[in-house]
Amino acid sequence: MADVTAPSPAGPARNPVGWLWGKLGDALDGPFGALQAHIGANRMAYVFLLPNVLVFGVFSFWPMLLNFYIAFTGGQSVILADRPFVGLDNFRELLDCPSWLDPKTCPVSGFSFWTGVWNTLFFAVVQVPIMIVVALATALVLNRDIRARGFWRAVYFYPVMLSPVVVAVIWDWVLKRRGILNALLEDGVGAWNWLMSFYVGRLSFFLFGAFLFDCLLAMVFGRKPNSWSNRTRLIAAISLVLIYISVFGTAAGSFTLPEYRPINWLIDVRSGWPMFWVIFVYTWGHLGFYMLILLAGLQAIPKDLYEAAEMDGTSRSRAFWRITLPLLMPTMIVVLVLSLIRAFQVFDEVYVLTGGGPGQATKMIIQHIYESAFIGDAKRYGIAAASSVLVAGLLLLLTLAQLAATRKKAGG
Amino acid sequence: MINATDVSGFLGRRRGRSGPDWSDWLAYAYLAMGVLVVLLPIFWMFMSSIKSPRALVENDPRLLPYEQLTTPSQDGARRLGVFVWTRPDGTQADVAFVGPRGINARVFDLARPDEVIEVPRSQLTRKDIVQPRFENYTEPTIGSTQSRNFNFLRYFWNSTFVTVVATLLTLVVNAMAAFALSKYKFRGRDAMVIVIVSTLLIPPTVILVPLFITVSSLGMLNSLWGVIIPAIATPTGVFLLRQYMLTIPDELLEAARMDGASEWKIFWRIMLPLSMPALSVLAILSVMWRWNDFMWPLIVLTQSEVFTLQLGLSTFKGELNDNMHHLLAMTVLTLLPVTLVFVVLQKHITTGIANTGLK
Repeated sequence: MADVTAPSPAGPARNPVGWLWGKLGDALDGPFGALQAHIGANRMAYVFLLPNVLVFGVFSFWPMLLNFYIAFTGGQSVILADRPFVGLDNFRELLDCPSWLDPKTCPVSGFSFWTGVWNTLFFAVVQVPIMIVVALATALVLNRDIRARGFWRAVYFYPVMLSPVVVAVIWDWVLKRRGILNALLEDGVGAWNWLMSFYVGRLSFFLFGAFLFDCLLAMVFGRKPNSWSNRTRLIAAISLVLIYISVFGTAAGSFTLPEYRPINWLIDVRSGWPMFWVIFVYTWGHLGFYMLILLAGLQAIPKDLYEAAEMDGTSRSRAFWRITLPLLMPTMIVVLVLSLIRAFQVFDEVYVLTGGGPGQATKMIIQHIYESAFIGDAKRYGIAAASSVLVAGLLLLLTLAQLAATRKKAGG
Repeated sequence: MINATDVSGFLGRRRGRSGPDWSDWLAYAYLAMGVLVVLLPIFWMFMSSIKSPRALVENDPRLLPYEQLTTPSQDGARRLGVFVWTRPDGTQADVAFVGPRGINARVFDLARPDEVIEVPRSQLTRKDIVQPRFENYTEPTIGSTQSRNFNFLRYFWNSTFVTVVATLLTLVVNAMAAFALSKYKFRGRDAMVIVIVSTLLIPPTVILVPLFITVSSLGMLNSLWGVIIPAIATPTGVFLLRQYMLTIPDELLEAARMDGASEWKIFWRIMLPLSMPALSVLAILSVMWRWNDFMWPLIVLTQSEVFTLQLGLSTFKGELNDNMHHLLAMTVLTLLPVTLVFVVLQKHITTGIANTGLK
């Protein structure tokens, strides 16, 4: 594709791809030319539109309408004529619970639906702010005049290129009970305890000696001992803390950590770790994208604003709050809405990483839709479609919010 | 304590100073830590992918692919593990482990293979050597051993086919529509633009069921075309290309019409070449979408002959098996093409995505 820059008169030897591409166009010119002779040049616009409209119509518009119909039908057939109309039964099954807040009180489908809803909401509400803050911090650091910006930017962006399945396999392997994370933590705890038990005591007395020596020097060279230099104060403070630790701490064992016991990060039911790692891994995989957009937003801020601020003696923090943040706000809003919409549709990474488990701890709403329709013996397309209608309503609201924000950006 | 001024100073831009100050070092430390978090898991998986199955089952946490040295037994029928025997006097010798006897081990010194001696097992430590195992890569691909479980070449071909064909179709179909919507005047054109862009509002994840029913009634289940066709008309693509084509002057087209070029020829020979910057952004996006696509193939493709790489990997991961070494190696092979494309086209990709704000 990259070679198709111009009609290539040089023939197949010079640029085989371009030559082939040109020949393909010439071959298609036969039928299209004949069509044009028949309907006239201006109506060719409809011909150019046709493939797109056809695919849009059959695979986007028609399914969207169909979704509403399927939501009101029951049975397990994929043939529309065989699906009995059941009215609001599907919605009743999803929504008719004593309490939506407690999915356990719902019938089976409602349980799965509301579990997915609450998990997804929790996921989105926690994941989106964390990701935006980290992405913004990274973009701000990359926007400084640092060396090798292209390299850092590329590395942070790299996970975005990886498929969700690959991301899940990588992290599953890292988070195994005997994986590298547990090994690192075990080593870290061991090193800390070793340091505590052997070295804190010696280090503290060494530093205390340095402190005394510093005082001695001050006296020898005629400074008053009470006008301590900052260095002396620092050494004194650290040695006092360390003496305290070594006298009271190690004796009671309060600074040595208990022996590290490897954690089953993705399987441990009661710990909440699975949800933590789902959020972490998803953020790991998508951070670079939002970082890139925020970085582009930052680089669009005119530099003379900062120069003018510096001339006026504005502090850096004031410039950040008064120039950077307000001018970045439109980009921030786009990033916020985009990441929210994506977060509500999270499926791939989580499904491959935990399968929604342990139990239902990380089951998301899209997984509920997928499993209702395609997994197990009972293919409950009606329930899945009804759930889709409810989710689509929510996503539509978010998207409209994004459009409003984008318009504001274009206007401002 | 770090106060707010320090933090925003660290995050803010620093201008017009010579030499790095403390906030620069902090910035580099932050970036280096992030790079570690990004690359270490990938590196760890790569290092694991060249370990032997035994090292993986034993969950050897060391980074390098260690494996125990082995030596043939005296009769040559078995391979025996080699240990380092530390004698009570501190001297060491390499010995081969013949078998246990009580709390002792029967071993022979490699220097004197005929003489089997008994030593306490506590004096033995495994002798490990670094030995990468590249068979993890060759077995499921060009070897025949494990291809029943994971037909890598077939999945790779399916993924490549879907990616290439879908990207070419996406480019042509969307460019045609963008051409019509930017260079012709006809009734309903603006309404058409609005309708197409508004399909961005339909999240593909929530029309799974009706889309599945449509595709299945067209007989495209378990066919790669069922994966390719539904998403070739992307509103993103039309929008991107139309915005670009609007900047191409109409005089060029008029001149070509004067010379008697047909509308199709104008599109193919003038519009497409001139839209290369926008087309290449869309091509990169499309390759990324298609190669990494998981959910839609998961629904359309249920037979393993038509699996894409992503489906094959996830299914293989889901099975309880002892082929971890193959799974890891194949994961590396799956991320390799994307990584190569990224390394080569890094600038294009990052600037393209930053400018369009689309993924």
